[in-house]
Amino acid sequence: MSDLSRADSVGLVIPEVYRHEAPFALQCGVTLESFELVYETYGELNDQASNAVLVCHALSGHHHAAGFHEVSESRPGWWDNCIGPGKPIDTRQFYVVSLNNLGGCHGSTGPCSINPRTGSAFGPDFPLVTVSDWVRSQTLLADDLGIRQFAAIIGGSLGGMQAMQWAIDFPDRLHAAVLIACASKLSAQNIAFNEIARQAILTDAEFHDGKYREQGTNPDIGLMLARMLGHVTYLSDDGMRQKFGRQLKSGDLSLGQDVEFQVESYLNHQGRSFSKQFDANTYLLMTRALDYFDPARVYQDDLVLALSNALCKFFVISFTTDWRFSVERSKEIVDALVKARKDVASTVIESDHGHDSFLLPIPRYFKVLSAYMGQLHHEIGDAR
Amino acid sequence: MRADLAIIADLINPGARVLDLGCGEGELLAHLQNTKQVNGYGLEIDGDKITTCINKGVNVIEQDLDQGLGNFASNSFDMVVMTETLQSVKAPDRMLDDMLRIGEECIVTFPNFGNWRCRVHIALRGKMPVAQHLPYSWYDTPNIHLCTFRDFERLCREKGVRIIERFVADSKHLNRPLMNVFPNFFGAIAFYRLGSRSG
Repeated sequence: MSDLSRADSVGLVIPEVYRHEAPFALQCGVTLESFELVYETYGELNDQASNAVLVCHALSGHHHAAGFHEVSESRPGWWDNCIGPGKPIDTRQFYVVSLNNLGGCHGSTGPCSINPRTGSAFGPDFPLVTVSDWVRSQTLLADDLGIRQFAAIIGGSLGGMQAMQWAIDFPDRLHAAVLIACASKLSAQNIAFNEIARQAILTDAEFHDGKYREQGTNPDIGLMLARMLGHVTYLSDDGMRQKFGRQLKSGDLSLGQDVEFQVESYLNHQGRSFSKQFDANTYLLMTRALDYFDPARVYQDDLVLALSNALCKFFVISFTTDWRFSVERSKEIVDALVKARKDVASTVIESDHGHDSFLLPIPRYFKVLSAYMGQLHHEIGDAR
Repeated sequence: MRADLAIIADLINPGARVLDLGCGEGELLAHLQNTKQVNGYGLEIDGDKITTCINKGVNVIEQDLDQGLGNFASNSFDMVVMTETLQSVKAPDRMLDDMLRIGEECIVTFPNFGNWRCRVHIALRGKMPVAQHLPYSWYDTPNIHLCTFRDFERLCREKGVRIIERFVADSKHLNRPLMNVFPNFFGAIAFYRLGSRSG
């Protein structure tokens, strides 16, 4: 049962849908006839429309970031600990917009949607989307909501990459970009992990070249393995040791083939529940978008040059045990921003929880993020 | 505003690009941003101080000075400031090199170990000095490279660093007449404005 009575909850929320009824050309060359984005909002947009905050989701995220859809919902949105009255992204001060990205599987147009040209689901034929495409589609949603400039665009991991792309592609449409556990491009190791995850899905006998729906089946095993691998890279060695140690599921070793250690049971559970909730074609698409992200590429591989377009201020947060997008990756962004003479603040948060840290209510992290958001609120107040 | 920071602020031109090493709670940079349209960054390692800087809208970057400043480009700042921190870094000589590589000019302040109070502690009591400008005991002090004004000026000479200005003060950052006559004896804190070798 959800705890709707809490004063720091945004309470019940109803997702809304933005329909774009005109052709939308993607970077890959394909044009979508139209598209829909499902989104939620929390808080009130002020008269000047200056207090909007866009929250961009990461690889497997969606629009439901805070509050509850139903009274019976047991768990709130994925970033409920950070968004709400009195929380770091304070809905008494800000109007928060959170959407499911194009290509997603939670209600926005994606592989599970009907292709108007064929009358059946896009499936594997859904075109490749990039972070730039996402950002462009988000500007259309912003236009529709009457938001000319966001007070802040915030995201962790792949979400931070969208915030960075906004700053480069639409410099006058945001006052601040908050990049959490982010990187300016993936390393070969990151891409390698994504490729193993993709191969797990692609080689699943139930994948059927992406047309698993037509076959009435689902590549559960592939998705499960992809998620299990992902989870290992989101945690840290220390974090896993603390959480699971070498604890056995039952008292003693039976030296059999079944699940023995707590960590195995945890990963199996995570993988299995993910395979029931997430679409395999969307997973392939999202990991591709992540791999291809490299805003400096069109600026002669010079991140400083890419970021020199930006007009917003930046806040870069990283976590000590994050080895997926390490502190060093964030430092590269900060150094490039200093060289490009941009306003930037940065901090490194001590945490045992690896890449997952960005989703956790770590006291120092939330304190410094609250301080930053409070300062932004003060600044947009001054601009009125 | 802290008296020493007011003295430093007076030495910085409007619109200058400033890098403040060990910027603490961002008092100097906030003041410079508000009064002199200075585009500045501060480096700090203490989490609570970083939060305080953020509350002031200061560009604070979390960085350990002992890891070096290799991430900052040469000649990329007008002024590099380091207040009361030089004595606590691992390699003050290399720090000075880096500061002058990055900045056109530098401002350095540090406590004087040659102050008469320190000399009295050592000479008469045989104890490591604990004074208003050096408040720590020997075992918990962050000041691992204490020096006198004379020591510092010798290092500058050896490195060919140009001392553009020097201001000597007591522990309350006030200048008293005797300090100008016998700075290394009566001065507690000194402000040095330094220029790079080529300058």
